[in-house]
Amino acid sequence: MTWSQYLVPLLKGAQITVMISLASIVLGAIIAFVAGIARTSANPVISGIAFTYVVLFRGTPLLVQLFWFYYALPLVGVSFDPITTGIMVLSLLTGAFGAEVVRGALLAVPPQQHEAARALNFSKSYTLWHISMPQAIIEMMPAFGNLAVQNLKDTALVSLISIADLTFQAQSLRNITLDSATVYTLTLLGYFIIALCLMVIMRLIEMKLRRGAAFPRSAHS
Amino acid sequence: MTTPIIRFQDVTKRFGALTVLDDFNFDVRQGEKVTLIGPSGSGKSTVLRILMTLEPFQEGNLELAGLSYHEPQGRGEFKASEKHLHRIRSNVGMVFQSFNLFPHMSVLRNIVEAPVAVLKMKRDEAEGRAVELLRMVGLLDKKDHYPSQLSGGQQQRVAIARALAMRPRVLLFDEPTSALDPQLVGEVLGVIRGLAHEHDLTMLLVTHEMRFAREVSDRVCFFDKGRIVEQGEPERFFSNPEQPRTREFLSSVLNG
Ligand SMILES: Nc1ncnc2c1ncn2[C@@H]1O[C@H](COP(=O)(O)OP(=O)(O)OP(=O)(O)O)[C@@H](O)[C@H]1O
Ligand SMILES: [Mg+2]
Repeated sequence: MTWSQYLVPLLKGAQITVMISLASIVLGAIIAFVAGIARTSANPVISGIAFTYVVLFRGTPLLVQLFWFYYALPLVGVSFDPITTGIMVLSLLTGAFGAEVVRGALLAVPPQQHEAARALNFSKSYTLWHISMPQAIIEMMPAFGNLAVQNLKDTALVSLISIADLTFQAQSLRNITLDSATVYTLTLLGYFIIALCLMVIMRLIEMKLRRGAAFPRSAHS
Repeated sequence: MTTPIIRFQDVTKRFGALTVLDDFNFDVRQGEKVTLIGPSGSGKSTVLRILMTLEPFQEGNLELAGLSYHEPQGRGEFKASEKHLHRIRSNVGMVFQSFNLFPHMSVLRNIVEAPVAVLKMKRDEAEGRAVELLRMVGLLDKKDHYPSQLSGGQQQRVAIARALAMRPRVLLFDEPTSALDPQLVGEVLGVIRGLAHEHDLTMLLVTHEMRFAREVSDRVCFFDKGRIVEQGEPERFFSNPEQPRTREFLSSVLNG
């Protein structure tokens, strides 16, 4: 086998990796907004639930979370296929870190903006979505970019619940060929290229948001 | 009109152990233009912030346009429901020292947003009114600019237009020119001076601009330590203050 023959299984694995990563980034972002907003809620039950979720997922190893959902949960009768499990756990993990980003950015909106909104009689939810969020979301983007890349790197662990992702394919190839150097170099390169694409996508979204908002950063610092 | 539009009755306001207003009594007639002056920390902003429902108070009674700030069955720190506070706020507007325009909205949208979202005004109609207001404050040519592209004086004029777009009966100004470079103060005072001619609009103005206070107000109130030490019609107040504390303050700001 030459290195070009390695490409077929590796690309197949990369496809799975990209799919899992994209799905869990999008789902994770949705969870991040829900949990991050809930964290800022005045209702102690809502903010308490969100806080517990965030602490649980940030405070435990991803690998153990994967094993728990994959091996322990079925014991109480709830089981999902490996890919669903992988996407679910990665989404929850990214969502937990993202929630803190969302919360931090919302809290960073100057209190005077809330006072101005109150003086104009906007409702609380209108203030959140039309005054706070548009200002906060731009501040979130760099951190979200980092989380997206972190998420991609974390997907490597799903190979351990028998998902045939890039890392899984690399392992199998190496076991057959024993050509560790070439296989792992190509694998690293593969992750790196996907990460680059992710960074570019996140940058584009940030630029689009910034242009849509059309206000310079200096406006509120 | 015999009943005042604003009535503070024995209002007490505390921040923790600090009592800022202690059995505070204060009435304002509809259409009256009242200036509050006084040393830093005397509670001037607190009076405005309580009126704008930005701060709750602990004791006493406050009414605005016949609405009490506390509901009989009221709950929470404001002792009133959000719906009731909403009703109160529909009568009041506020202009802040730091303008507080929304940085992500154009000048026009800053003004149009609340009438459309809160008063359910048609967008066309709201924009028409906004254009009128911008013409009034002399900034029609800036309607598509963003706040960060304007000078402080221009931002404050937009903020005044934004508050007026909600057609408040009472307009509160908290040191509207204190954050401005001296050469920009005049244009903002000019706009406020214009409003002082609006017969029905009640204005409460906190300012350090004594000449301006003398010129536009019907009544000047000197605040010290959460109480009104002396008040009166501006000519009399400035030319012949009665209380030693007032004289001391006036001489410190006029000569300092
Ligand atoms: N959120 C707060 N928490 C604690 N203390 C506060 C708070 N807001 C105001 N105070 C205190 O209440 C007192 C009155 O404040 P206020 O802002 O009403 O004064 P002011 O007359 O407007 O002064 P200035 O001319 O400096 O604006 C001050 O001693 C201030 O430190
Ligand atoms: Mg003040």
